[in-house]
Amino acid sequence: MILSLISLAALMLGGVLVVLTKGAPVWSARAGVASAVAGCVCGCIAGFQALVGGRTESLEIPWSVPGGALHLALDPLSAVFLIPITGLGALCAIYGAAYFQGHRDAKGVALSWFHYNLLVASMIGVVLARNALLFLVAWETMALASFFLVSFEHGKATVRTAGWIYLIACHLGTAFLLALFAILGERAGSLDFAAMAQSGAALPASVSRWAFVLALLGFGTKAGYIPVHVWLPEAHPAAPSHVSALMSGVMIKTGIYGLLRMLACLGAPAPWWGWCLLGTGLVSGILGVLFALAQHDIKRLLAYHSVENIGIITIGLGVGCIGLSYGAQGVAVLGFAGALLHVLNHAVFKGLLFLGAGAVLHGAGTGDIDHLGGLLKRMPVTGVTFLIGSAAICGLPPLNGFVSEFLIYLGAFQGVASSPGVVVAACVAAIAGLALIGGLAAACFTKAFGVIFLGEPRSEHAVHPHPASRGMRVPMLALAAVCVLIGLSAPVVAPGLANAVAGAMNTPPGAARAGLNAAVSPLAWVVGVSAAGLALILVLAALRKRLLAARTVGAAGTWDCGYVRPTARMQYTASSFAQPVLDVFPLARGTRYRQVQPAGVLPAPVSFSTETKDLFRNRFYEPFFKRTAEVLSWFRRAQHGRVQLYVLYLALALIVLLVFGLK
Amino acid sequence: MNTSIDIIMLVLIVTNLLLLGFSQLKSCIRTVACQGIALGVLSLLVNEDGFTVWSVVMSGVVIGLKGVIFPRLLLGALRETNARHEVEPYIGHMASTLAGFAALAASAWLCSRLPAFPGRVTPLVAPVAFFMVFVGLFVIVSRKKAISQILGYLVMENGMYVFGVVILREMPLLVDLAVLLDAFAAVLVMGVAVYHINRAFDHMDVDQLDTLKG
Repeated sequence: MILSLISLAALMLGGVLVVLTKGAPVWSARAGVASAVAGCVCGCIAGFQALVGGRTESLEIPWSVPGGALHLALDPLSAVFLIPITGLGALCAIYGAAYFQGHRDAKGVALSWFHYNLLVASMIGVVLARNALLFLVAWETMALASFFLVSFEHGKATVRTAGWIYLIACHLGTAFLLALFAILGERAGSLDFAAMAQSGAALPASVSRWAFVLALLGFGTKAGYIPVHVWLPEAHPAAPSHVSALMSGVMIKTGIYGLLRMLACLGAPAPWWGWCLLGTGLVSGILGVLFALAQHDIKRLLAYHSVENIGIITIGLGVGCIGLSYGAQGVAVLGFAGALLHVLNHAVFKGLLFLGAGAVLHGAGTGDIDHLGGLLKRMPVTGVTFLIGSAAICGLPPLNGFVSEFLIYLGAFQGVASSPGVVVAACVAAIAGLALIGGLAAACFTKAFGVIFLGEPRSEHAVHPHPASRGMRVPMLALAAVCVLIGLSAPVVAPGLANAVAGAMNTPPGAARAGLNAAVSPLAWVVGVSAAGLALILVLAALRKRLLAARTVGAAGTWDCGYVRPTARMQYTASSFAQPVLDVFPLARGTRYRQVQPAGVLPAPVSFSTETKDLFRNRFYEPFFKRTAEVLSWFRRAQHGRVQLYVLYLALALIVLLVFGLK
Repeated sequence: MNTSIDIIMLVLIVTNLLLLGFSQLKSCIRTVACQGIALGVLSLLVNEDGFTVWSVVMSGVVIGLKGVIFPRLLLGALRETNARHEVEPYIGHMASTLAGFAALAASAWLCSRLPAFPGRVTPLVAPVAFFMVFVGLFVIVSRKKAISQILGYLVMENGMYVFGVVILREMPLLVDLAVLLDAFAAVLVMGVAVYHINRAFDHMDVDQLDTLKG
């Protein structure tokens, strides 16, 4: 506990230091980065200690706020979230320092470190808090700190819009949480999570039903479930890249954490909860990846992939909950373990991909995929690490994304093999959904990596990008290494999660350990085979290098059937690559095609472009908020700007209240 | 003792009605100044132990602030602007005076329904205090010049002071002084604001400030 407190203190003191020294922006920024890294390292160590040791350490200090207590605790479940928060927090801080190097707004950069430290500290606070009030304070601090980080470039109108959408979404989500904590706190007679968990077992179904729905909506807004995901594709592209990495990699996971923590407070899960989670996960996963496939902006594409991965995590949770409520313990353990491991893995590879996207953005000056190309030769480190991240996010062995998805698959197959009919149906749905998501993700990242890094530059931007500096390369390399490391050490990593899985399932760790140990031997097989494959590839690569060493390697134009003027613009573009896949799905109807067809013998210049807006934002949220604004604008008539009448309103209200009170 | 308190109450009622009837801003300010002096005397009279040092100091401060400094400030602000009259108030001066009588009746009715106040109070005090609050609000709502609004605010504050000093006599001196300081700061700020509004817009008509709304 001491270490995590030191970590919080370092982050907060660092933040204060940043503000105090903002007169000297360079030193102020350095102080911010240094304290962020120091705090994160302490927190990360504390997380590993708690996860491996399996102990729960807690600290409770009375707080004068009614119903509140400064009750912090670090248990294995918190640790699973604390490790990526602090690990990615430190790496993103190092990256950010390099990313902001030479930025013209030195003062703004310095202040952004205050918000960065506050964001990391509040995320740590969220996973450590054991009192609803304290939790909400940390939760709101997190929302506000990230809002300021998202609006870093507030000079741009699009960034401001993104910031507002994010802020509104956050607060709508928190409104559900307030109701949830009010209901649970009223039942438990205390706002302490421990008291809530105790009274949870006796919760009548009519209450726990609504509490579950509120938790799903409130935490789901932060996590980015479809259809409450609309803030993600706006906020992630708007934020500086290291902030998007942190937000997408770990901040949205606090939604998953909250959901898990609250599930433990609601007693035994009803069967429909599992179905509901599974359905949410499938919808978010499939639609998320389809929307991603249709995007042309790299960061927006990655943002939609976050929706997809949150979907995968939730499929795991759904399988776990269904296993729990139908008494299939093994299925439940594997489902939860897969979900928790994917939380960790997604933080690693999505962090890596956003940092890579940032390097591309920083180097080439544009994030539009269709303007890039051929960057692998010009930015080799970024290219290779991005490739590793891409393979990991598609769930390909031997990388980490594969391991967590494999655990969920394993759980689902176990459910198919040994459970009653209903569970079989759920597990088949999960398997089919995961397979579809994996296939589409592979298509999407083939597109993203292929168009950005392979081929020839499509515009001036990509011809001479300046390569990533060392401060940017090191975090990317570290994350790529972690991707490989978790992938190859899966048989060790998976049983290590037993304590956390037991915490999420609210059961003693014995069952979880047994369930995960059963998964070790298939994991060892898979890892063995994929390691052999990897070794084979490395051997072949070495052989190729050796064979080519003595020969000259030249670059020449591709044979073009005799056409004499091929240009780089004849390559596949992002939209043309994705079109065949998208055409299969009805969602493609949401894509707007704008084209000028060539006509006549000597055609005028022609053009073609596609744009896929967010279906939910266009068809639901925008009309809804527009209508609400229309209705509420009626009240503007009372807002006429006459001071006298305002005073009259007040006076009348007070007099009416006085007279009313007399009766 | 009660007779003298009642005399002060009558003075307060008369000053209020005069304030509603006057159209010259200068006269309005002087009326409110008279009211301030009456309040200072009142705080001297209500003291049960006779004249103590503190009560004399207190009444001196009240008379000094409400009877001298506030009017000076406001007259100064008036001199800077070239407004002399409250032209075209939302409610005419005659109607305002009549409304004042109605407010007096309403306060009397209201106080008859309220629970009895503790302490030695003449039956006039509570209605007069309410009456002053109502008149203050009425002036704020019905007048257009910013100076009139400040006067309305002051009268309202005076009404609360009557409550404080007579009915809640246990109120510590410190609180009294703090409230006075508050009023002082408010009048100062408003006086300065009027000056600047006038400089920026060439008038101080509050009803024309609605173009500033967002």
